[in-house]
Amino acid sequence: MQVIDRRQNPKSKSLGNRQRFLRRIKSQIRKTVKDAIENRSVSDLDSGEKVSVTANEIGEPTFGFDAAQGSRNYVIPGNHDYRRGDRIRKPSGGSGSGSGGSPDGDGEDAFVFMLSRDEFLNLFFEDLQLPNLAKRKLKSVASEKWSRAGYANDGSPQRLNKYQTMRRSLARRIALKRPRLHELNRLEAEFEAAQTPTGSDDGNQSEEAKRLARLIEETRERMRAVPFLDPVDLRYNRFEQTPKPATQAVMFCLMDASASMTESLKDLAKRFFILLHLFLNRHYRSVELVFIRHTYTAAEVDEETFFHGRETGGTVVSSALEVMLRIIRERYPVQDWNIYAAQASDGHNFDHDMPRTIELLQREILDLCQYYAYIEVGEEESSYVSALWSGYAQLESHPHFARATVLDPTEIYPVFHKLFASNRQAS
Amino acid sequence: MDNRTLLYEGSEWDFNHLRRVHDAIEEIAIDEMGLNVYRNQIEVITSDQMLDAYAAFGMPLMYSHWSFGKRYSREALLYRKGAQSLAYELVINSDPCVAYVIEENSMTMQTLVIAHACFGHNHFFKNNYLFRQWTDADRVLDDLAYAKRFIAECEERYGMQAVERTLDAAHALMSQGVSRYAPQRPVRSQDAVLKAESRKSHHEATYNDLWRTLPKPKQDADTEDNAEREFDAAALRLPEENLLRFLSLHAPKLKDWQREVLDIVRKTAQYFYPQQQTQLMNEGCATFVHYQIMNRLHQTGQVNEAAMLEFLHMHTAVVTQPDFDDKRFRGLNPYALGFAMMKDIQRICQSPEPEDEAWFPEIAGRGDFMGVLRDAWADFRDESFVLQFLSPHLIRKMRLFAVRDASDSPHLSVEAIHDESGYREIRHRLAQQYDLSKRDPEIEVTEADLKGNRRLVLTHRVRDGKTLSSSTCNRVLRHVANLWGYRVRLIEVDAGTGQTLNDYDAVALP
Repeated sequence: MQVIDRRQNPKSKSLGNRQRFLRRIKSQIRKTVKDAIENRSVSDLDSGEKVSVTANEIGEPTFGFDAAQGSRNYVIPGNHDYRRGDRIRKPSGGSGSGSGGSPDGDGEDAFVFMLSRDEFLNLFFEDLQLPNLAKRKLKSVASEKWSRAGYANDGSPQRLNKYQTMRRSLARRIALKRPRLHELNRLEAEFEAAQTPTGSDDGNQSEEAKRLARLIEETRERMRAVPFLDPVDLRYNRFEQTPKPATQAVMFCLMDASASMTESLKDLAKRFFILLHLFLNRHYRSVELVFIRHTYTAAEVDEETFFHGRETGGTVVSSALEVMLRIIRERYPVQDWNIYAAQASDGHNFDHDMPRTIELLQREILDLCQYYAYIEVGEEESSYVSALWSGYAQLESHPHFARATVLDPTEIYPVFHKLFASNRQAS
Repeated sequence: MDNRTLLYEGSEWDFNHLRRVHDAIEEIAIDEMGLNVYRNQIEVITSDQMLDAYAAFGMPLMYSHWSFGKRYSREALLYRKGAQSLAYELVINSDPCVAYVIEENSMTMQTLVIAHACFGHNHFFKNNYLFRQWTDADRVLDDLAYAKRFIAECEERYGMQAVERTLDAAHALMSQGVSRYAPQRPVRSQDAVLKAESRKSHHEATYNDLWRTLPKPKQDADTEDNAEREFDAAALRLPEENLLRFLSLHAPKLKDWQREVLDIVRKTAQYFYPQQQTQLMNEGCATFVHYQIMNRLHQTGQVNEAAMLEFLHMHTAVVTQPDFDDKRFRGLNPYALGFAMMKDIQRICQSPEPEDEAWFPEIAGRGDFMGVLRDAWADFRDESFVLQFLSPHLIRKMRLFAVRDASDSPHLSVEAIHDESGYREIRHRLAQQYDLSKRDPEIEVTEADLKGNRRLVLTHRVRDGKTLSSSTCNRVLRHVANLWGYRVRLIEVDAGTGQTLNDYDAVALP
């Protein structure tokens, strides 16, 4: 007999089978994924999805009897008062008593299972790819940094951790009953007092002094034996090299916050931002978000304010771009960060601002960014061409720039797909 | 009664405990009960790994196929939602006998599992005639490993899709991929020569010149044609019930690797065939053994009352048989019926009543119930076991009754109940219920034209008017046609009247 512990064996032995299964029902899953982005609220897009697949696609047919034909015999337990020859009306469900012989062919109409978050997102972003991804990957591989990793028993003196060392020293001193310094001082003071001749009884005094002297000697001995700081107490800070996030990205969300952007338009924009964030998250270990909203002035705000705060005023896009440039300069050095930007707007901009906006984009921002996407959100189809749309037309040729219009939540995903399709360059 | 020390206390287990419990159980199983088992190998796994194993026919090593992924997805969802709990154990008919136990089990559960799987199932696997005849226990794991490697190589070489299509088709025919009769021993050429010689000498010895004077029968074209066709059929060994084997041997368009894939699936199906035929006995045997062993462990003071109560709780859950009108009723529970029949045999051996003397004269009052059971476990399968050992006492106790459900009648009719006139009828019908050859459709290859239009004809012999479900039948036929490469026809013929009921036809996709 032998007992083997297999718990350490790799768990997901059926992972390969599951992938084969998913591949088989991909078209159906795609539909589910599409429905999910249309119907689900944006916030839980990050979770998994329950997928229901009709049996046909994944049925495993076998030769089986037609339940409605022929006659069957069953022997079943628990007779109460039936006698031989009794007739029982069949339950109207159709399939008789449903026991015994009838083989369970493919009784399942729909097959339901869970897609994990990763699988869901994989399908969600399938055949999408980040443009210019390669640019900074290579560079950042080398960067490593030291980070604290607990304590070590040895190390160089400058790494000595005084707090940890003293903690151990104190514990050891208490445990080994090392006399405290003030106890020694007290004894010495008493000895001093006993020694000063104050009058009669010499013999007694010297007796007391002798006892104290002996005590002091013992105390000193003990203090020597149990040192205040022993090598075993010493603790040093330990550092380990950890690779810096090999690829890190910052995503700038720029949005027009003027009154013309209604809640529903903001919601459209939000969906796009969320998609972009999810997408970036899959490619970079850490993605930072910067929200910049603007009217005629721009400011960096938090997410809540970004999506729900209201402001009134005109629209000066360049103000937002200036804020973005400043933030990049201050916090996100180009050599360390992959920079993505998405701008959502209803297309308004003051005419006098257009030249400045285009110049900022063309001269500085587009070269700093990996990708700059402009999303124009609108309520309905119209022949009206907005200021930004027509202005941005000249940027089309820039490899880092893309633009699209979105009118309806259902279009978000297709538009997103279009912007990031892996064959974008080709098409 | 010898009082020994407790093997364990509480619910925590470790590897030492497993070993000690195994040794204590082995002593009871081998010395007291006379079981004969393969060497045991107990493997501890996590619940995730159990789910994995579940999905792939309960085998630890299985080739890759999407259907296992599907099964896994389903099991995992049910398990996570709490709709279904995992089996405590999984055991593989191999030498050494591999039993999987889940790490979450309590020590009492592990004890139960060791008694149940490592001795109950193990003994049954080693001794039952079906397993001895059909499976090479020492080769099972190697075969599985080979299959896994082979399929993986095929996927690499011929593409996942092509392999998947072949496997899909093969899986569809899995229950038509078993040989129900003992394998035919190939004739040694030496024997064939001897046989021919003895026939010749017989002819010479009985030669009578008078026969020569008889007019020869006319050999017209028709009979020649017939004769040739018969010759072809004989060469293909038709009719052939094992569709998978027939296709892997004779399908004209299959590539060699596809034939091998069919063989792999056929062998897998064949491996499970004895298990399907003996589920009732196998589970009954294992349940009886664990019950006996746990009681002995308790009697000898090796497990305490707390463990015994925990065990009884689980045991009762396993052998519960809800009545037919109960919401939980899912047909006869093989654990319950198997265990009840074996307890009943014990009762008949130890304290028979006059009725038992009449029904079971050979075993009534014999006393040595383990001997009787060991023989039964070795020489019967579910169908014959029920036919031989279902007693009137048990029929009354379980209040079994027979019902007939005819599709052309609005009523179910009760045809036998637990009374004098019904015992034999119930026993007979219950036995039939466990007869796999009656449960699966009887489909054979009856005609295969390898020279002309290359059409393959399958025949389904319809019993009791139970025809095939047409939707699945068409889809399976498409699979058959794809394997065969040409047109395939399936005729449903009534077994009694010979009348053709249905005719299906499928062509291969280019």
